[in-house]
Amino acid sequence: MTIESAFRLTEEQRLLAETIHALAIERIAPRAAEIDRTAEFPWDVRDLLAQHDIFGLGFPAEHGGLGAGLLSLCLAIEQISRACATSGLMLAVQSLGALPLILAGSPEQQARWLPGMAAGRTLVAFALTEADAGSDPSAIRTRAVRDGDEYVITGGKRFISHGSVADVIAVFALTDPEGPRHRRLSCLLVPANAPGFSVSRLEHKMGIRGSPTAELVFDAVRVPADHLVGAEGDGFDIAMRTFDRSRPGIAAQAVGIAQGALDVAAKYATERVQFGKAIGEFQMVSAMLADMDAATESARAVLYRACAEIEAGSDAASRWASLCKLVAGDAAMRVTTDAVQVLGGYGYISDYPVERMMRDAKITQLYEGTQQIQRLVVARHLLGRS
Amino acid sequence: MRIVVLMKPVPDPVAASERLRPDGRLDRANAPAVVNPNDEYALEAALKLVEAHGGEVTLLTMAPAAAPETIRKALAMGAHRGVLVTDTALEGSCVHSTATVLAAALAQLEFDLVLFGVDSTDGGAGTVPAAVAAKRALPYLSAAGKIEPDPAAGTVRVRRMTPTGYDLLEAPMPALIVCTQALGEPRYPSLKGIMSARSKEIRTFSLADLGLDDGSVGGAAATTRLTGTSTPPARGAARIIKDAPAEAARQVVDYLVEKWIIQ
Repeated sequence: MTIESAFRLTEEQRLLAETIHALAIERIAPRAAEIDRTAEFPWDVRDLLAQHDIFGLGFPAEHGGLGAGLLSLCLAIEQISRACATSGLMLAVQSLGALPLILAGSPEQQARWLPGMAAGRTLVAFALTEADAGSDPSAIRTRAVRDGDEYVITGGKRFISHGSVADVIAVFALTDPEGPRHRRLSCLLVPANAPGFSVSRLEHKMGIRGSPTAELVFDAVRVPADHLVGAEGDGFDIAMRTFDRSRPGIAAQAVGIAQGALDVAAKYATERVQFGKAIGEFQMVSAMLADMDAATESARAVLYRACAEIEAGSDAASRWASLCKLVAGDAAMRVTTDAVQVLGGYGYISDYPVERMMRDAKITQLYEGTQQIQRLVVARHLLGRS
Repeated sequence: MRIVVLMKPVPDPVAASERLRPDGRLDRANAPAVVNPNDEYALEAALKLVEAHGGEVTLLTMAPAAAPETIRKALAMGAHRGVLVTDTALEGSCVHSTATVLAAALAQLEFDLVLFGVDSTDGGAGTVPAAVAAKRALPYLSAAGKIEPDPAAGTVRVRRMTPTGYDLLEAPMPALIVCTQALGEPRYPSLKGIMSARSKEIRTFSLADLGLDDGSVGGAAATTRLTGTSTPPARGAARIIKDAPAEAARQVVDYLVEKWIIQ
């Protein structure tokens, strides 16, 4: 492998990123402020992404996807998040929700569910977290009890992205509460129209406001036994393998948010005149911009490397997934905060997008594992306890 | 239908990457290239025609050897194959020379229609299509706002846009058409198109392949010479009229009369 092929995107990947960038700037960026203000799920963006086959990137070609691989999916999430983090998240959540099926579903389950998800017709959510089980999945209380040819699911989930708009939800529930620690959970597909399923509330959030975050109630919801993904007891393992491939998507969202904020700040610094010259001419401002660029590019480098390693089947996939989310989430928070600083008072008001980007950036340090959990994963690899 | 679309890589006008070298010529080596925007309109028109009538779209490009990356962007929009004419002797080509080379390349291709964009954002001469039509003795249909081929009759009708409406032109095919933006907004490259673009053929011709010798075309045979470049003078401050519409309109009319723009 040449140095270039190891460290540069291929022509195809560059063209993909450019194309999605153009689409995001022309069609999504003009909607971003309104999506944030109204906190309504942007169905028009869903339609746009579906129309351009963008949902298909992360799905296997044999099930209606483009089979483009993790890095290409992350390039798309990055470019869309650069314009609108809520819209970029749409791709990330679709991937998160579908990964249990892609990783552990039977051929029949994959053939049944994946084509609709790849086309963006069927939205899917991933429901692991509960009110009292965030970083610690062993505290999950939702039960799934086998009853003849069905499972009966009872319990509640919280902080579920797309929980109120999804057509199907990958739910993690206890099937063997007394079993060995990592064999207690199972993954079940629950159609949103199943009797007993309901959305009990939507959260009012600081950022990614157009992306509905729902509290879900399962009141003796019955699903056919063939909705079980993998075997009983595989749930924890499926969730962890899912995170190895979904965390880079959040890192991509973070890199996109950071780049979007840097784009705005750099342009502003050439236009805003104080003391008779553009503020970018002042070293205190130009140094901030350089640091923002360095942080964004560093995070991007780790993300792309992580995608390559995970795609190649690295046995340290979880380390790479955690590293890239850790680095990118922190970079996004720092860069967006500095972008607000570069814009001064204008950065703090909603006439400019950087305050929204700063609010959006915060979530990348929280979901799909807090930064503290990412550090835990990385440290365990170092200490040989993974 | 077999349609050839002329496609020129140009420095990205949106990224403002157009820079002149010390010799006054455009620095193509250090600027990211994009498909000339007006050529995208011609390609869009061609893609719509083959969607409606069947057939294939071939891109024809005369450009430096790095052009395939830009050609692949146009292939990702849906064109079927590319043809690149590249030769170091072509640097510094004038309009006449460019038209001679493109006409020679067209002689290697089979087509019913040849579509051009109105002009390029870099050269901007806008005269190459007419010169190619003359050299190949093709019907020349300019300023097309609508293209309606009749493959069975072997003819094509074009609405030629005019300041007051349009002229309706009809010509036998093969014919050469200059496309306006009235034909419709270019599509985005499709992701499937991007992923299959690499497998599409890009044929490369040198001058020798076209039976041309490098003394007869290119910089050595240029009929025009670059004698200097200058930046347009800065515009004066704009006068902004903020009165009520009726009063503002009266002032605008007075101004136009004063400047002899209207009478």
